[in-house]
Amino acid sequence: MSSAPLLINNVAVLSRSDALKNRILPSLLAAALGLALIYGAGFAETSQLHNATHDGRHSASFPCH
Amino acid sequence: MSNLKMIIVSALWAGLWAGLLLTAVQQLQVIPTLLQAEVYEQHAAINHSHADGQTHANEAESWQPQNGWERTFFTALANISLAVGFALLLGAASTLRGGIGGWRNGLLWGLAGYGIFFVAPSLGLPPEIPGTEAANLNARQLWWLMTVFDTAVGLWLLFFAKTKLNKLFGIVLLISPHTIGAPQPDLHSSVAPVELTNTFIAATAFANAVFWLALGGLMGLFSSKNPAVKT
Repeated sequence: MSSAPLLINNVAVLSRSDALKNRILPSLLAAALGLALIYGAGFAETSQLHNATHDGRHSASFPCH
Repeated sequence: MSNLKMIIVSALWAGLWAGLLLTAVQQLQVIPTLLQAEVYEQHAAINHSHADGQTHANEAESWQPQNGWERTFFTALANISLAVGFALLLGAASTLRGGIGGWRNGLLWGLAGYGIFFVAPSLGLPPEIPGTEAANLNARQLWWLMTVFDTAVGLWLLFFAKTKLNKLFGIVLLISPHTIGAPQPDLHSSVAPVELTNTFIAATAFANAVFWLALGGLMGLFSSKNPAVKT
């Protein structure tokens, strides 16, 4: 079975791309989405947004004013 | 991409319930203190209206929710948005470690979140009631961001790094924002009495602890129930 080493090699490559697909990529996308939400609710300086989220920001101990 | 879907669905549910719980706890002890502080602030603003009347006129022009149900509704909305955002970050971090695996483990992730997003920044910039003198907003936001980032990476290295040197580096990261120090105002002052500030700090410390433990626990519960593959 001369193809055995090749097969093992493929498995290694596959598991690395699996880690990228199953862990790293989803984590990055979820984190980006999370940061966008936290920025909007916690930091955006638009005055309407600030007034609407005012109490939540104070309670979460975000620098507010 | 089934893991992404799993993180998002868990974060939406965990954020919704933890955000609602936070809103309820806030209404009991955080908001009453906040409203009390606002009375002092408004009183001080009336006394100073001759000096900077223009600023207050501008503030009055932009929309703000009416006190009562409207204000509570928007606070709940803000809490839930923040909660979903935090839950997404928690889900992202735990996925890198191969998932949470149950609500008990989730409590530990929640405890880490409480340390990163509340305790560490509050050591330099304690929770403030309205009407407190503080340093420049951008400087404080930058310090807050740096502290949160350093604490997150520091805790990660301390718990997950394999070498002692990297763990040590984690400890250095945990300490460094506090040795640099948070931006402080030239003069510390508040229009409300000190007791009110202290009550507010205790109230937010409790409310955020409840919130983070609930958020972590729920993330653990929801993500472990999901049949998505864990690698």
